[in-house]
Formats: sequence, C-alpha cells, structure tokens
Amino acid sequence: MNLDATGAGALAVVLVMALVTLATRWGGVFVMAFVPISDRVRQFITAMSGSVLVAIVAPMALQGDAGARLALLATAATMLVLKKPLPAIAAGIAVAALVRQF
Amino acid sequence: MTDADNELHHFDRRMVWAGFRQLAPISIFVTLFGAAFGLAAVQTGLDDSVILAMSALVFAGASQFAALELWGPQVPLFTLMVTVFAINARHLLMGATLYPWLRQLPPGRRYGVMLIASDANWAMAMQAFNRNRPGFGLLLGGGLALWSFWVLGSWLGIHFGSAVSDPKRLGLDMVMGCFLLAMVVGGEKNLRMLVIWSVAAAASLLAFRYLPENSHVVVGALAGGATGLLWKEKARES
Repeated sequence: MNLDATGAGALAVVLVMALVTLATRWGGVFVMAFVPISDRVRQFITAMSGSVLVAIVAPMALQGDAGARLALLATAATMLVLKKPLPAIAAGIAVAALVRQF
Repeated sequence: MTDADNELHHFDRRMVWAGFRQLAPISIFVTLFGAAFGLAAVQTGLDDSVILAMSALVFAGASQFAALELWGPQVPLFTLMVTVFAINARHLLMGATLYPWLRQLPPGRRYGVMLIASDANWAMAMQAFNRNRPGFGLLLGGGLALWSFWVLGSWLGIHFGSAVSDPKRLGLDMVMGCFLLAMVVGGEKNLRMLVIWSVAAAASLLAFRYLPENSHVVVGALAGGATGLLWKEKARES
C-alpha cells in the first residue's frame, strides 16, 4: 500500500512515522512489565538496528558515482580513527565535493 | 537485573533544568545534524511544515534520513513502517534497561519521560543510575535540550537549504549516507558485528537487484538480525 506524499498525505506519512517511533519508545517499557526481554530478543534487536543502516547505505555505494563512493570511504576511515561522527561526515562531504570539481 | 530501590527515580524541576544544561553542549552537534536533515529534506522535496512536523514528532534522526530515501510522489507504507521500526528498535532496549527505575514512577510519568528518550540522554541517565545517582532529570531535561536543538537545526537547514543552488556539486547529497555510515562504524565493532553487517549488505544488494523496489532495507535488516541470532554474542555480565 502506498501513501500519497502530497499535501495532507505527507503529514499522514509523518504521523505514521511518529506512531511507529513512539511504539519503540514505549514498547520496551510496556513489554518489561509482563515479561523481561530475553537475551535472544536483545541480540536480534542489536544486530537488526545496525543492519538496517548498512542495508540503506550499501546500494548507495553500489549505485553512486566515484564522489559518493570515496565520500563513504572517507567517512568510514575518519570514524575509525577519530571515533567522532561530525568530522567523519564532514570528511565525507568534503571528499565528494572535491572529487566532483574535476 | 538489579532491583532499584531507594529514591533514585525521583526528579523535580531543578533536576530537569540541570539535565537540560548538561546536554546543551552536545546539542550544538544536534543542531548541525538537524540542519543537515532540513537541507536533505528540502532537496528531497518536502514542504517546510512537513519537515518541521517530522523533526518535532518523530525526533529520531537516522529514521528521518531513511524516510527521505523512501520519499517520492508515493511513499510505500509498509516498507516505511518496517524501516522506521527497525532503525528505532534500539529504543525498545532503552526502555527495557531503564525499567528497574521507571517501574517506580506512576504510569503517566513513566511513559511521559520516555517520549523524548534518545541515544545521548539515555546513555547519560543510565550512567547516572549505575553510579547510584538519580537519572530521570538527565533523561527528561537532556531530552528536551536535544529535542529543541534538533527542531531548531531542522528549521535552520530549511532556510539555509534554499540558498544552495547545486547541492550535489558541494557533496551535500552525501550528508545522509555519511551520517548513517558514521552511525554504523561508531557502533560496536568486532568480528561478529562485521559478519552481521556483511550479511546485511549482501542481502540488501541482492534484494536491490532482484526484489521489488525498496524491499532491500527490510531484507537487509532481517538478514542481519537473523545472523545476530545464529551467532550469539558471548554472555556477559551487565
């Protein structure tokens, strides 16, 4: 099913996102009131929350131009060395901008 | 699980204000991320009011960036819901880890303080509780700081965004990808996580190539999650 992302439809999309996010903020507390979250569930959630980000980025790297690929590479490298997201993102954008000047 | 007795769950206006001030310095970065989001959202074609509503109501950066990836004249509802849920599933763990203290609050406050739980203020609150100090002032006050600066940043991004004529040439279309990748690399790193990420990436690329549009996010997330179940982390004291 698709939602129209024009006019009021866009706000409906935002409301759906807000409700799903609220469910995650409240869900853990709510569930714990009945059954503690098991170790297996915790492992699945931890693995999944990183994986979803990887799953979004991977096709960007595959489809992107040289600027996009080098930008992602620069971000990953800077993040590994400095462990701070802001310089890592800045490095990625700078590399993309630089590569695309030529 | 430790049973949290004593008075650690109490909080008042003064403690909330102290929490606000303690997270205000971090919030400078949140403003920048918010601006990056506002800019990316303008590029994607969202209306100003929609962007601000999203930042104010969803208040979860990575999932908001991901939603832009799915945005178009038509937004696939199921994929959007699964994507937002998967990215924000870590909130479930935040609620669960805070539960020993949350359970001592009346339900209204218990769910009220969780409204603005996010990574930074949750981490500060847990740290406080683990040191036997009250943490809900940090969770609520810090959350209010992060929320305000996130919305402010989004607003700045919207207005700065229209001033940039060719965002791609400046590399600004990569803000989203670099942000999400920095989140991944900044997380836990070991052989197990590397394998999980590789499986997620491979599954995502295969789905991207052979399965219907936009299914790659869900497929990658589930494949990574399943790998995490198969290769269990060694039990550790917590």
